[in-house]
Amino acid sequence: MQLTTKKTALVGLAAALSLTAIVARADTSAAGEYRWVTFAVFAAVILLTMYITYVAAKRVKSASDFYTAGGGITGLQNGWAIAGDYLSAASFLGIAGLISLYGYDGFMYSVGWLVAYITVLLLIAEPCRNIGKYTLSDILAYRNDPRKTRIVGALSVITVSTFYLTAQMVGGGVLVKTLIGIDYEVSVLVVGILMLSYVLFGGMVATTWVQIIKAVLLVAASVLIVMLVWTPYGFSLPAFMADVIGDAKVQARVATLLGDAAKNMTPAELGQRFLEPGLYFKAPVDQISLGMALVFGTAGLPHILMRFFTVPTAQQARKSVVWAMVIIGGFYVLTLFLGFGAAKLVGPGNIAAVDAGGNMAGPLLAQFIGGGPNSFFGNFMLAFVSAVAFATIVAVVAGLVLAAASAMAHDLWVGVVHGGETVAPQQQVRAARIATVIVGAMAIAIGIAAKGQNVAVLVALAFAVAASANFPCVLLTLYWKRCNTTGIVAGMIIGTVCAVGLTLVSPNLTYPKAVKAAAHKVLDGEVAKRASIAAAMESGDAARMALASRDTINLDKAVKKANGDLKKFEGQETSFMGLEKPLFELKNPGLFSIPIGFLAVILGSLLGRDKRAEDMWDEVYARQNTGILASKATTH
Amino acid sequence: MAKSDSIDWAAVIADPRFQQLHRKKTAFLWGLMAFSVIYYFLLPVGAAYYQDLFKIKVWGVLNVGLLFALSEFVVAWAIALYYSHVANRDFDRLAAEIAADFVKRAGG
Repeated sequence: MQLTTKKTALVGLAAALSLTAIVARADTSAAGEYRWVTFAVFAAVILLTMYITYVAAKRVKSASDFYTAGGGITGLQNGWAIAGDYLSAASFLGIAGLISLYGYDGFMYSVGWLVAYITVLLLIAEPCRNIGKYTLSDILAYRNDPRKTRIVGALSVITVSTFYLTAQMVGGGVLVKTLIGIDYEVSVLVVGILMLSYVLFGGMVATTWVQIIKAVLLVAASVLIVMLVWTPYGFSLPAFMADVIGDAKVQARVATLLGDAAKNMTPAELGQRFLEPGLYFKAPVDQISLGMALVFGTAGLPHILMRFFTVPTAQQARKSVVWAMVIIGGFYVLTLFLGFGAAKLVGPGNIAAVDAGGNMAGPLLAQFIGGGPNSFFGNFMLAFVSAVAFATIVAVVAGLVLAAASAMAHDLWVGVVHGGETVAPQQQVRAARIATVIVGAMAIAIGIAAKGQNVAVLVALAFAVAASANFPCVLLTLYWKRCNTTGIVAGMIIGTVCAVGLTLVSPNLTYPKAVKAAAHKVLDGEVAKRASIAAAMESGDAARMALASRDTINLDKAVKKANGDLKKFEGQETSFMGLEKPLFELKNPGLFSIPIGFLAVILGSLLGRDKRAEDMWDEVYARQNTGILASKATTH
Repeated sequence: MAKSDSIDWAAVIADPRFQQLHRKKTAFLWGLMAFSVIYYFLLPVGAAYYQDLFKIKVWGVLNVGLLFALSEFVVAWAIALYYSHVANRDFDRLAAEIAADFVKRAGG
């Protein structure tokens, strides 16, 4: 252990030094004279997490320590860690961004992320704690054929984690690049190495504490910003909102989004429209489908399920979900203010100019509220939020890598290759560490290879697979007497294939033919549009002229994009899957793939026979409800 | 500690206290689950098909849609707190009683 601890310290120090050196040299968004602030805040956050890993490394002796922190985490700690694991950059920066750009729809989007935890709380968390040990497949293998269910379970866990991981690595790389100005490849590498050093040396203990620290920093930063944004309005919600929608920048944004429909609307009507649905979500069924994937998918996310094995009892598991819901929900309520505050103070146009997805809304608001780009406090706030965003990516990635590595080492290597026979504890920990290095290296490689790809769809896909394969299997094996091996194998395979397959033929992919057709339409209409703009310019009416000059900018942009698209897709007619147009119209497959996943488990179970699954039902049901013999915190 | 095969699991299931726990939990959990799912999906359905209702201003510039979205948070928290209250009060006591009894019978 002495050796490992020393190694941790060395790696940690090296990582901290190299990152801070990179940050110091980088062309940051902070003004030159304040670069040392960014440097200092990043160094402080990294050194803090490294110190924790150093302390944690001494405590990781067994496989149980590595995978589940020996079951010794309390409910409150686990609640913060779940929040830290769950509030990825996509929800932390992305939702504030969506609200700042699209108003109401962005806020509505955040609701599903919280409601998801009701499913976890009522149906999944406590039984998992009572039945499981380290992984999702432990639950499936309890009454079903351990070999078969571990193979399909591990494959599904690795699939979900890889989708989610790729999205996080690519998103993280872009984000770190935007926030502190270092190269994309370097960002991915730094995130990967830092995450690997936490997981490799500190296992679940270090991962948990990194997630807790990140969640605390995130909430603290948000509370501070919201206080600064909201105080001038005497903490009145209607007064704040009225000021937001009375802002010309917000009204101009709504006018741009609505296009021709905005022609006859007054500024006040445009502002009010920002608080009404429909600016972002155009297809209601799509949104319901996405809602289903969120509400049922969270309960099937391996890195979230794994967190329930870190607490000693079902009561603590329950307590941890309630805390997580308070923290996550509270955070999304704060996001309401972050998003609308950014729209009012920074302006949707300025936010979209830095990042089209709105990811920079939170950081830009922090900088503004601290006093702007030329003040110490403004740069301190920007650096602080950037450091929190960085910690967020690392913490989420660490949780995902641990989940994938446990499926590889515990389910496939110990469970399947060694047939579940007792593998020496030292060897189990070594297997876990080797798997961690494999998954971590893979994450870095995929992250770099997927540079420039649109990966947002991968997060939706991870939730869809979790909801269509993992969730039906876990739920039915815990609650349905007839459920058996055939059902689990069928559900895992059909649920996954269905979710992935439907996504591959969905509108999420790029269809060159359609893109080119749209581009031609823009170019064909250009002459007529220029003529009408010119006419407006000569009309002498100030309002019409202002509109016309805005139209010119938009038209120039559209023409440039159309020409770019035509060049990019020259000679291409079909999508990656060889299709000219989507076969399936929904962006999220949940509405179809979730019922199909359930149906597969049910039909498979009814068609198959499995004596063990029947015999073990009494034990599974008694255990999941009473916690008899549930493994308590490991004592050394 | 008692071993898994030393406990008569069929007897646990047949125990009247377990049956009581099972009945209480089943009705309570699935009822609460159904309510929360329906309440959640009212939001996207309302935003899509009842836009006129969602646009009615209620509190200053705040409209029905915004207040309804905020109520989702309050309802989610209320469900979580209500569930833990009932579980801490009823389910845990029954579960602990059954567990202690059967582990003792198995000679643990």
